[in-house]
Amino acid sequence: MRWHYKLPLRLRSLFRKDRAELDLNDELQFHLQNQIDEFVAQGMNPQEARRAARQSLGGVEQVKEECRDMRPTNLIEKFLQDVRFGFRMLRRSPGFTVLTILCLTLGIGANAAVFSWVEGILLRPYPLVSQQERLVSLTGTVRDEKDETSWPDLLDLQRSCTLCETLFVSKITGATLNIGERAQVISGSIVSANYFDAIGVHPILGRGFEPGEDTGRNAHPLVVISYHLWQTRFKGDPQIIGTTQRFDNVVHTIIGVAPQGFCGTFVGRSMEYWVPASMLEVFDGGGDKLEDRGARWAEAYVRLKPGVTRNQAQQEISAIATRLEAEYPATNRGRGIKVWPLWQTPFNHAGHLLPIFEIMVVVTMLVLLIVCANVGNLLLVRSFARRHEMTVRLALGAGPGRLLRQLVTEGLLLSAFGAAGGILVAFWCRHALVLLFPGDAMYLPGQIDGRVLGLSAAICLVVTLAVGLVPAFQTRHLALADTLKTGVSTVLGARGGAWFRSSLVILQVTLSFILLVGASLLIQSLRKIRTTDLGFSTTRVFDTWMPLVAAGYDAPRAKTFQDELIQRVRAIPGVESAAYARAVPLGYGSFSSTPIAVDGYEPPPNEQPTAEYNEVSPDYFATLGIPLLSGREFTRADDENAARVAIVNQTMIARYWRGQNPIGQRLQVKGDWVQVVGVVKDSKYHSMDEAPRPFFYVPLRQYFAIEPGIHIRTTQPLQTVQTALIREVRALDPNLAVYEMIPLQEQVDRSTSHELVAVALVALFGGLALLLASIGLYGVMSYTVSQSARELGLRMALGASTSSVLRLVLSRGLLLTTTGIIIGIALALLLTRLLGNLLYQVSPRDPLAFAAAFAVMTLASVAACFLPAWRATRTDPVRALRAE
Amino acid sequence: MAKPTDLVQGTLDLLILRTLALQPMHGWGIAQRIRQVSKEVLQVRQGALYPALHRLEQQGWIRAKWGESENNRRAKYYLLTPDGAKYLRQEQAQWKRLSSAIGLVLEMSS
Repeated sequence: MRWHYKLPLRLRSLFRKDRAELDLNDELQFHLQNQIDEFVAQGMNPQEARRAARQSLGGVEQVKEECRDMRPTNLIEKFLQDVRFGFRMLRRSPGFTVLTILCLTLGIGANAAVFSWVEGILLRPYPLVSQQERLVSLTGTVRDEKDETSWPDLLDLQRSCTLCETLFVSKITGATLNIGERAQVISGSIVSANYFDAIGVHPILGRGFEPGEDTGRNAHPLVVISYHLWQTRFKGDPQIIGTTQRFDNVVHTIIGVAPQGFCGTFVGRSMEYWVPASMLEVFDGGGDKLEDRGARWAEAYVRLKPGVTRNQAQQEISAIATRLEAEYPATNRGRGIKVWPLWQTPFNHAGHLLPIFEIMVVVTMLVLLIVCANVGNLLLVRSFARRHEMTVRLALGAGPGRLLRQLVTEGLLLSAFGAAGGILVAFWCRHALVLLFPGDAMYLPGQIDGRVLGLSAAICLVVTLAVGLVPAFQTRHLALADTLKTGVSTVLGARGGAWFRSSLVILQVTLSFILLVGASLLIQSLRKIRTTDLGFSTTRVFDTWMPLVAAGYDAPRAKTFQDELIQRVRAIPGVESAAYARAVPLGYGSFSSTPIAVDGYEPPPNEQPTAEYNEVSPDYFATLGIPLLSGREFTRADDENAARVAIVNQTMIARYWRGQNPIGQRLQVKGDWVQVVGVVKDSKYHSMDEAPRPFFYVPLRQYFAIEPGIHIRTTQPLQTVQTALIREVRALDPNLAVYEMIPLQEQVDRSTSHELVAVALVALFGGLALLLASIGLYGVMSYTVSQSARELGLRMALGASTSSVLRLVLSRGLLLTTTGIIIGIALALLLTRLLGNLLYQVSPRDPLAFAAAFAVMTLASVAACFLPAWRATRTDPVRALRAE
Repeated sequence: MAKPTDLVQGTLDLLILRTLALQPMHGWGIAQRIRQVSKEVLQVRQGALYPALHRLEQQGWIRAKWGESENNRRAKYYLLTPDGAKYLRQEQAQWKRLSSAIGLVLEMSS
């Protein structure tokens, strides 16, 4: 039992096999010699003695083989032998091999890619951040709806939470970075001072933030920059620490460079810089929010102590929130704090992507199943072709177990190649998800780590068993007696084994039908979303903005500039109208929001009516094509010196004026009373699928914002308008940059990009599934036709017409398809509910989607069956019959 | 001479180990020794001897080394390892218990 006896032996028998063989031979020769000597001594002649000695040993070769079997390493040798043999078999039919490996690569690759996305985007989204499995994100809630949290609340939480190891804040922001000639907007994070320590990331140059650097209004203009920014914009300058750089026109001292590969803690964006929360006002505006419990802006994460569950943490945090509610009723009434797992983090893209990934995991599993069925079928067909070989091997004494091992080894070879290819596919696709998002630089990296590789390996093993055992299942029925019966011709569809192949095809049709239904449901939903009435018109409207704050403009200067610019823009040839607005509908920026009061409207107790509004310039409604229903638009006269006015939407009238004409009535905005002067149609503000909501507009001049966007409606193409605009801006201020101009339609499209991604992915895999199922159907039909050449020949010899043969074969194929589709309809009715909230105004049982999937599936299978059927009609009766 | 008795399954290992407990021996010698000692009653099927030796070697009960035989031929000698000796003692005790038990049963029925 001691390893020091055994190990050398095993190594010897594995690696010095020649030596072991020689020894074995010598040992037996010695025995034979002695036996011969003994027989000779008994009086035999040497010849006889030699034969008798061999006889008494019982066959030298057999004894040798028995001795070899005693070596445990023989298993490995046999496996290697199987592998070598498997390789030979695969090389002998390259077409089959390539097709099979390609199928497996697609199936395993699709799964590995989706796993790597789930891993890299949802489960461990933040490269280099330690112990992400214990991280959870935090948001505030107001009457169970998600909201931001305030800095004082978080500080209190951090102090009193016993189950939390650390709490840190990381709020996405952006800044204009001007280096040399080039101005660009980069994403960054406003973080608490403990940020880098809490996530376990240490700057490679300089330092992170120190305690206290997140306190004091604008007190610590310090910045840690990303490795990428350091390399690209600062040329990797090793002396960078301590130098200064303007971020949003405020001079910051660079104190650190984050390690390569660290992208911050926000799913969907790669962060380029980090500033302490004390600098919040510079990047987020709106006064000093650090002391204000009512100012909610923060996005926070908590690392739970080891062994603490999310539920336990939630209970403790809820208790703390209740206490805060009692202590600070003015700001905290009705507010709570909620814990979210990382993959549901509501303030980054994780929450939107989660349902897509749920669908994708199901879809890729279905594709894998289809692939298995397909490959199983291919192997099955081949195992028929190899029946001879198998029978011969059985006859020569190979045990059924040995044959099984051989078949499984071949399956393993195929799926190992498939898995290797699949991981390559996943590797190439790890950044591919971003490509599906329209016109938007997202950062969504897949990650191929041990867990992804492990899962892929597990899939590979399951596939091996699935595809290796199918032919083995067939070989089980292989009787030696069959050896003699060769090339048995089959009646169409009526022989053993055929049912198995047929059910594999039915399985493929069923699964791809389900995927097609899903894809067509999503496509319909996307079409509905895209054709939803926005309430404004996006055609030929472009927008952009200028970083006036970063360029050092104050309000009076900005007002002058805006006035001059809009005059010039209106004079640009082709411009129909132009206007400023602080926020873009369906854009990233948020609208202003205020508690409101309305004359004659009594709110229910415990409810403070609030509404969102947009600050817009004259001509806004004309530019965006929002119909004015009554009253008037804003004019240049509605400036800071005039009486304050507002324009409200239809939902607002319905809710607060009971549908009465509100013109001339009063509305309280941020504590001031303003007069309603107009009513406009409802439109979409945040998302395409939102319900109509109360909304109003105020003049930009009366509620001034220094950096509004400019919307331009024009007859000219984008490039012309952009060039003209830049010319006009430069004429006013040669140092001012203009951001990239984008069509309003693209802005709107971006807001539905998640739906688009879901459609693209499901359609892609649905198409793939359809292709695979068609190949499967084609394969089975071709094989059936080739096997029943005799029967077809006979039928034709007896006078069957071409069309009747065609009908016979086609109907057989379509029978399979129809069965598959019927099962598919039943399953799809159950499964499409999974698409749930990805569907917009489309029922998961939408008959149109089912009909479309039915049509596509039927067409594809007719196409797949037609070639074999046509070939069947070309059967030469004479040759087919003579072949027997 | 009575017909040689077939070896009970598993007893071949025991016989080999017992033989090697006396002195290191090559395969041929082991076969001869078993035959002589058992007074020609037990005859080892020669074909079965070598696989058994190889198995015992793989299990670590015995190990092999090459040496010169009595008639100056190169021969593979097998030696009992300490583990093998321990195993032999256990098996011998086991065998004695078993055979005396069987003896009791047989005498009772006669």
